[in-house]
Amino acid sequence: MEAGTLVEWLVKPGDRIKRGDIVAVVETQKGAIEIEIFETGQVEQILVDIHSKVPVGTPLAWIRTELEAKAGLAAPKPVAQPAAIAEAPPRGLPQVARPPPLTDIVLGEAGRVRVSPAARRLAQERGIDLATVAGSGPAGAIVRADIERSLGVLTEKKRPVGLDLDAMRAAIAAAMARSKREIPHYYLEHRVDVTACEQWLTRTNATRPPDERLLMGALMLKSVALAARRFPAFNGFYRDGKYEPASAVHVGMAITIRGGGLAAPALHDADRLALDELMARMRDLVQRVRAGRIRSSEIADATITVSSLGERGVEALYGIIYPPQVAIVGFGKIVARPWLVDGAIGPRSIVAITLAADHRVSDGHAGALFLAEIGGQLQEPDKL
Amino acid sequence: MTTPSTTIELSYRDAVREAIRDALHRDEHVFLMGEDVGRYGGCYAVSKGLLAEFGPDRIRDTPLSESGFTGAGIGAAMAGMRPIVELMTVNFSLLALDQILNTAATVRHMSGNQLGAPIVIRMATGAGRQLAAQHSHSLEGWYAHIPGIKVLAPATLEDARGMLWTALQDPDPVLIFENVMLYNMVGKLAADAGAVDIERAAVRRPGKEISLITYGGSLWKTLDAATALAAESIDSEVIDLRSLRPLDDATIMTSVRKTRRAVIVDEGWRSGSLSAEICTRIIEQAFWELDGPIGRVCSEEVPIPYPRHLENAAIPQVPKIVAAAKAALGRA
Repeated sequence: MEAGTLVEWLVKPGDRIKRGDIVAVVETQKGAIEIEIFETGQVEQILVDIHSKVPVGTPLAWIRTELEAKAGLAAPKPVAQPAAIAEAPPRGLPQVARPPPLTDIVLGEAGRVRVSPAARRLAQERGIDLATVAGSGPAGAIVRADIERSLGVLTEKKRPVGLDLDAMRAAIAAAMARSKREIPHYYLEHRVDVTACEQWLTRTNATRPPDERLLMGALMLKSVALAARRFPAFNGFYRDGKYEPASAVHVGMAITIRGGGLAAPALHDADRLALDELMARMRDLVQRVRAGRIRSSEIADATITVSSLGERGVEALYGIIYPPQVAIVGFGKIVARPWLVDGAIGPRSIVAITLAADHRVSDGHAGALFLAEIGGQLQEPDKL
Repeated sequence: MTTPSTTIELSYRDAVREAIRDALHRDEHVFLMGEDVGRYGGCYAVSKGLLAEFGPDRIRDTPLSESGFTGAGIGAAMAGMRPIVELMTVNFSLLALDQILNTAATVRHMSGNQLGAPIVIRMATGAGRQLAAQHSHSLEGWYAHIPGIKVLAPATLEDARGMLWTALQDPDPVLIFENVMLYNMVGKLAADAGAVDIERAAVRRPGKEISLITYGGSLWKTLDAATALAAESIDSEVIDLRSLRPLDDATIMTSVRKTRRAVIVDEGWRSGSLSAEICTRIIEQAFWELDGPIGRVCSEEVPIPYPRHLENAAIPQVPKIVAAAKAALGRA
């Protein structure tokens, strides 16, 4: 993701805001993102107008924090409004949103679309995403008329805020292609008995109303989060040729979107959340993702991804790592299998847990211990 | 009130002859020199009648020695005369290349600006008359490589009539390339037609969708191609370079910035050609304006064949130009 279009301001100058408030909605290839605020204070000045496309990292507004207000500091004077996306984001200025780590993959590496120089420049000037334009020129190249057509379409019917599945598919294509090109994946599979989890869930849910019941997915996610905390080689980012373990565990949860999209937004500090809280967050996240509203921090922050195909899936899935993360854990469908327990064969619920991990960062031995740790966590669901 | 200027009908050959006659009348320092220019009247009959009119001192037949008489012309120019040297074809001019490149083009530099060579060298170029591989090539692009000279390619009656005088006023050597297929071209010319500029390219047909850039004998094929393209609702602009050195970048870029597409039609061979130079300049100066790949229509990379059908197949023709334009537009 390189740029986003500001589609909605939820605050105006003078409004009091506090950390965690949603202040604006920005539309990107990944859908509409709600911009959270990390400061408490007062909106001093709006810097970016509605419908402007600006590069990631561009200040959107000035906020006078409580501290600044006390000290009587004036808000810094903006130098110039960064309108053209060709310009580098201004340096040394406070940033409202942290730039997501996937900076260069969406436009640059998606199978090299042919674009005429004139079309490329016009698209850049007018903030048209080339991934959304069909080419009509020589050899299917995107030519200037195609951009003009798409500009016409854009100005004719104002698109509703939300998901652009074509753009999302292009973003997935770029990320996955980059992952397979750059990351030496290794794969491990571990079969785990989750009968204890099922029994615990049945007991726990027996007295709860449906909307408060826990699902197996919450146990799986928590077990991965706890294991990731103990095994930092699977929780972090590989960037610019070196690995940085993350200080917190933000588990990205792969969520399928009707119509063919896929997103893996982060559940922050999943290792520290109680199961009930985790479950509530998961429900909220799925609902918001499918409605096309994800928060900026959720897009950027995931430190490891979990993918579960659920009951309609197959027995095992082998994921592709979402760069710059270094691991993805997959859960297959839970199946009833004859299993040896305490010397006797009996029916047990078995799930295949898989790991795809970055061999630049970890080795199979560590991966095996990591998977075993997840399996171990699932043996004692009451402690999760 | 202006009186409407009367027009006369004449051939390109007549226009060149009128230009020479006019120069001979206007400046006593002007003389014509070359093989068969006198008694025979010129190998393409350009100088027919001039010997009788101006006498052997000013219409000078020379031996078959291109290096010798071109060198003599350069010497005369350095000594204050304004010679017009005719070389039968560009193929033969290679015998005089040493004089043109090593003497005429360099003398101002080598003499520290004490001497110049204000010579005009005319020669025939191009294929289409079944003169085979030693008389039919288009090497004007080679000459356009040389600093120190100017290279002109008159394609119209106006330019055939008007470029010579302006060239003779230039303090340095000017080469004029006359395409052999143009000599018989007949058209109307203002009776008072005179000198024209030798610096600017000309837009021979305005258009919006693609620039067809050409010169010399290919101009008329390119205009025919533009007409054919118009029948398919493709609006092309035709640029006549007129001067091959220096190239009029401004006119080329103005056109390409408007149409965003270009096809270059050049009867020279493709590799290392003038068309390659023009293509490169467009990329250098107008890259971000381009909306499609630049096309080229050049001669096939063979010695120009003798048989008519092969000769025609070897050089740019209307269908090739139409096809190249459509390919650049993605409508092939």
